[in-house]
Amino acid sequence: MAKTDEKMIVDNKRIDGRGFEDTRPVTMEVEVVNRATGSAIVQFGGTQAISSVHGPRELFPRWMQESETGILRCRYNMAPFSVEDRKSPGPDRRSVELSKVARLALEPALFLEDFPKATIDVFIEILQADGSTRVTGINAASLALADAGVPMKDLVAACSVGKIDGQLVVDLNGKEDNNSEIDLAFAIMGTKKKVTLLQMDGIVTRSELVKLVKLAEQTCERIYNLQKKTLKEKFKRV
Amino acid sequence: MQESYALELIEKNKRIDQRKFDDFRKIVIEQGIIKKAEGSARVKLGETEIIAGVKLNIGEPFADTPDEGILIVNTEFTPLASPDFESGPPGEDAVELSRVVDRGIRESKCIELEKLCITPSEKVWCVFIDIHIINHRGNLLDCAALAAIAALLNAKMPKIVDEKIVRGDYEKNLPVVAKPVNVTVGKVGDKYIVDPTLEEEAVLDSKLSISVMDDDGICALQKQGRHEFDVADIEKMADIAIKKSGEIRKLLK
Amino acid sequence: MTEMKKEEVAEVVVPGEFIAEKAGRKVGKGAYYEAEKVFAEVLGIPRTDENEIFVIPLSGVYIPDIGDKVVGTITTVEISGWMVDVNSPYLAFLPLSEGVAEFVDTQRTDISRFFDVGDFIFCKISKSTKNKTIQVSMRAIGSRKLLSGITIKVTPSKIPRIIGKNGSMISLIKEKTGCDITAGQNGVVWIRGVDKAKAIEAILTIERESHTIGLTEKIEKMLG
Repeated sequence: MAKTDEKMIVDNKRIDGRGFEDTRPVTMEVEVVNRATGSAIVQFGGTQAISSVHGPRELFPRWMQESETGILRCRYNMAPFSVEDRKSPGPDRRSVELSKVARLALEPALFLEDFPKATIDVFIEILQADGSTRVTGINAASLALADAGVPMKDLVAACSVGKIDGQLVVDLNGKEDNNSEIDLAFAIMGTKKKVTLLQMDGIVTRSELVKLVKLAEQTCERIYNLQKKTLKEKFKRV
Repeated sequence: MQESYALELIEKNKRIDQRKFDDFRKIVIEQGIIKKAEGSARVKLGETEIIAGVKLNIGEPFADTPDEGILIVNTEFTPLASPDFESGPPGEDAVELSRVVDRGIRESKCIELEKLCITPSEKVWCVFIDIHIINHRGNLLDCAALAAIAALLNAKMPKIVDEKIVRGDYEKNLPVVAKPVNVTVGKVGDKYIVDPTLEEEAVLDSKLSISVMDDDGICALQKQGRHEFDVADIEKMADIAIKKSGEIRKLLK
Repeated sequence: MTEMKKEEVAEVVVPGEFIAEKAGRKVGKGAYYEAEKVFAEVLGIPRTDENEIFVIPLSGVYIPDIGDKVVGTITTVEISGWMVDVNSPYLAFLPLSEGVAEFVDTQRTDISRFFDVGDFIFCKISKSTKNKTIQVSMRAIGSRKLLSGITIKVTPSKIPRIIGKNGSMISLIKEKTGCDITAGQNGVVWIRGVDKAKAIEAILTIERESHTIGLTEKIEKMLG
């Protein structure tokens, strides 16, 4: 999708009718891939990410093993049919970077020292892309890790914030993402409030940055509460 | 470890999930689930789950078929679907699955490729079918083939304005005129079972994958597995496949 | 869906959720502490008494602890012992001296006559280093080779429920199905007998519904 001349804010509302601080409708579910140790699917409006966790499991090749600690491996991938113009299968440079960014967003929340020589493998597949895919993927991965029974310090909640037509907003969809002046991805540990992901495209003033981070924090709190509810409800499901 | 148990049961004419030898697991088909795709479907075959997406692009035709559209099938054995799948380019299993699904669709002529010509020898529609494995609990091939045809039946063609594709603005349906259905029949000793689960696949002697058309003609065959079977088996397995394909075809819209 | 009592549902904690003040107590599995506050590490059910705070996980792989009694499978025959799969990211080693009571001349004996690839054994985790190199032993009472039969895997944290108080649940299943059953703390359950299917169904039901009330009655009914 290319940048357009379309206005993103019309009559003080966003083009999809949302308020500036509203996320799109969010759904979350865990235990969706029973072949995996843990899994989850998360949807923010038109963006849908599915994640599963295999492990902790033995790590091969042996030379990659760390004798004192486990490692986390993460693969972020977009399905070819997830976007307007079909994406060729396989990793491109963006996916390689986002795989790393997702891993670093989740790692601080894990007790990797409990699993020397082992690996925890996290996979994120974007099935539908409409903006804010990396944070949707991280939300799904965090749930999948908890679903897998991997010991964690905390859940990780993530969201995007940005500036469109001079207005600060939350949870950018695809069109907003392409036409934004600022696009910021943010992830934070739900109760410990430690930031594990911060990435920004665009030009932001210091005071805007403070406001954006605050908006992100508030939004992530709502997302964390939904993650918590989703996990507790898995327990109810019999 | 449940594999030897699966074998034990089969020898006693039973299956782990109490199915009959010629029963498929529960099939659930949902179409139109991926908004960005021109066509899509999610198929659950028991607990095996696959999503297929159809994307249309414009490209050059092949030299030997200058006025026909192009069909390309690709499969991702996504690592999230099974601890046995690895990241990376498609391995031989993924390539085989893509090619067998492709054969069923192509040989049955279910897509009218001649209607996908825009400018002969220059521009034609390319139909990409991307198969994404979501959960692997056995019989990926039948599930993938079903997801592919369901996605094709759901697919719509976008308008072309000033030589550019206008996504989201659809003119008509993709011209799909048939519903090929793939049925894999496994052989264990002298018994035939359909729709093997993961545990059962591990103990099969061999499998025959049969793609059946609406008129009960067979448009593709693929023998799989490390052991051999008799000539007489072929007919028997084909009969089973023809019967089951009719039942499954009723689920496709 | 089974009806849930309010207290049961409220009990589940997610990773990072606060459980209680440490107050001089031991912090067990599934929980961690920072300053004097104890938090959950895993999704599960918290348990607190005057001595300990821990969390029973709803899921998770098996990490061996010394003293655990497990059902293992022999994977390779080595020179002076065997490698054993204990359903964990860590392979265990069974030394010859811990597996066989008699003296064995390794120059002349092919030790696969004692344990061969694919054999099931019931053994004890005897050593675990800080790098999780694991050793098992067959010396403890009750250790033995498990002949024929099959094994199934369940979530390790559900094994206590499958065994039941003083073994009441597993005895019930054995009695009603006529099967021999051995449950390992590593989540592997060995079953031998004609009516395996019934036993497997009961065990998988307990795994799925371990947290519900009235499970014992339900299983009794199921087994007939």
